[in-house]
Amino acid sequence: MIRRKFIKQTAAAASLVTVGGLTSSAFSLNSKKQITILHTNDVHSHVEPFPSTDPKYANLGGAARRMDIIKKIRQEQPNVLLLDAGDMFQGTPYFNFYGGELEFKLMSMMRYDSATIGNHDFDNGIGGLAAQVPNASFSLLSANYDFKNTIMDGLVKPYQVFVKDGVRIGVFGIGIKLEGLVNKTMYKETTYLDPIEITTDTVKQLRETEECDLVICLSHLGYQYKNPDRICDTQLAQKTTGIDLIIGGHTHTFLEKPTIAQNKDGKFVLINQVGWGGINLGRVDFYLDESKNVTSSSLVLDI
Amino acid sequence: MKSISLLTIIYCIVIYTTIISCSDKKSYTPERIKSDNISIDTYLTEDLTITAFIKPYKEAIQSEMDSILAYVPASHSKKDSKYNTAIGNMMSDAVFEMTNPIYKQKTGHSLDAVLLNYGGIRSSLNKGNITTRTAYEIMPFENEIVVLEMTASQVNKMFEYLQNGTAHPFTGITIQLDKAGTISKSQIQGKDIDTTKTYFIATSDYLKNGGDNMNFFSDSKSELFLNYKIRNVLIDYFKKHDTIAPIVDNRFTREAK
Repeated sequence: MIRRKFIKQTAAAASLVTVGGLTSSAFSLNSKKQITILHTNDVHSHVEPFPSTDPKYANLGGAARRMDIIKKIRQEQPNVLLLDAGDMFQGTPYFNFYGGELEFKLMSMMRYDSATIGNHDFDNGIGGLAAQVPNASFSLLSANYDFKNTIMDGLVKPYQVFVKDGVRIGVFGIGIKLEGLVNKTMYKETTYLDPIEITTDTVKQLRETEECDLVICLSHLGYQYKNPDRICDTQLAQKTTGIDLIIGGHTHTFLEKPTIAQNKDGKFVLINQVGWGGINLGRVDFYLDESKNVTSSSLVLDI
Repeated sequence: MKSISLLTIIYCIVIYTTIISCSDKKSYTPERIKSDNISIDTYLTEDLTITAFIKPYKEAIQSEMDSILAYVPASHSKKDSKYNTAIGNMMSDAVFEMTNPIYKQKTGHSLDAVLLNYGGIRSSLNKGNITTRTAYEIMPFENEIVVLEMTASQVNKMFEYLQNGTAHPFTGITIQLDKAGTISKSQIQGKDIDTTKTYFIATSDYLKNGGDNMNFFSDSKSELFLNYKIRNVLIDYFKKHDTIAPIVDNRFTREAK
């Protein structure tokens, strides 16, 4: 890991925050929290490592090895969230033969907390996806797919709030436009809603009503496209506020380290995506302090 | 307003801060974010619970994948010949044979033709036993069959497209190119195109959606998805025939220079 950047955000009301810091410095030691986010995307039914004959990814990946590192991290760090940004299904005979049963059961064994739904998760139809939900002990999140008139109604939540060591973490899902990408016979009456509008509303709900300290978006929109009109993760970051981290998928983008984007308020948003096929596990650690103890609003990005 | 002193301002700030810290929920702000993406590589040991859990699924798949469906006496690759290939002919013939009865039963119409794409032949057919795995190798994608009802002018656009000579697999279509490479004969089911008729052509959903620039498929008069994956067509075709011995024929030819 290379220490890449050290970035400070300008304090909006430095004097106020400084006074706050002075009054409560005595509590600051036990008020610090660490939240570890682990994530995958586009695993595409690669439950086993790529074969040794694979020209690009020989011997990489595999659920058994992923479990090994997840266990090790959990031993060191109790406050872990394990997330997936969609396209869990399709890509090996495991899906063709078992329809996603093994993928969901393994993710449950690894104690995934949430996943969002990718376009390939509809590959056995919306009924095929619904049939696998009983095998998932994790939540399926999508804020911009309206499943009201489908068999998935009630099986997907727009967001979920996790409380780890007193820190409230809001996680929500955003899916890609299905029309033209998936046969209508597969997604049936699923309605796709505008990602920016829905994200704006969902983040407001998470920040204000749910009082979340961290907001994470699981997105299957794709990292970036040549067509500038096509909504993608970098645009979602720039056109909204209040998101700390976008965990992306769909474009199978191998980011060596998260991209640092700036949101509508000029604040930093991280975007991470770790390729596909379970070749990598993304890890982002948030070190937080009570807001009143933050002696300046400087944020160190050590990525 | 000059009576407000600096001390008062500080006092107000302290009160304000106290009010914030008295709210029932403590709020947290990130002060540092660290990231370290992890490669899932051989330095990690396999978690044995997971490996053991996968094992029965893996063994069942392997035995199914290795199950012998048919026999092929000779090897066939899509690079063996120009204009039409034995393996491509086998694929489109299989689609015609397996889907025509289904389409007829559903609609009362017979298929007129099948058109797939050359790039969709993903592997060669190697001499020896054909297994389920063979079907996965030739057709690893999930594409399915859709039948499109096309007008004569759309069919003519299809012929124009095929004129470039690529050995796209087709059945029910005959094309002859002259020495210059332009179409001298183009027929469906052995007959010239009838401008009063519509034609029922089976293809893959990939091509229907404009894959390989087959844009002539995009404005069809009607469409019907058969919920039949091309790979399953092949598996069923292999199960139906003991020996698979496709040949290059004269469905697509070019007059020698």
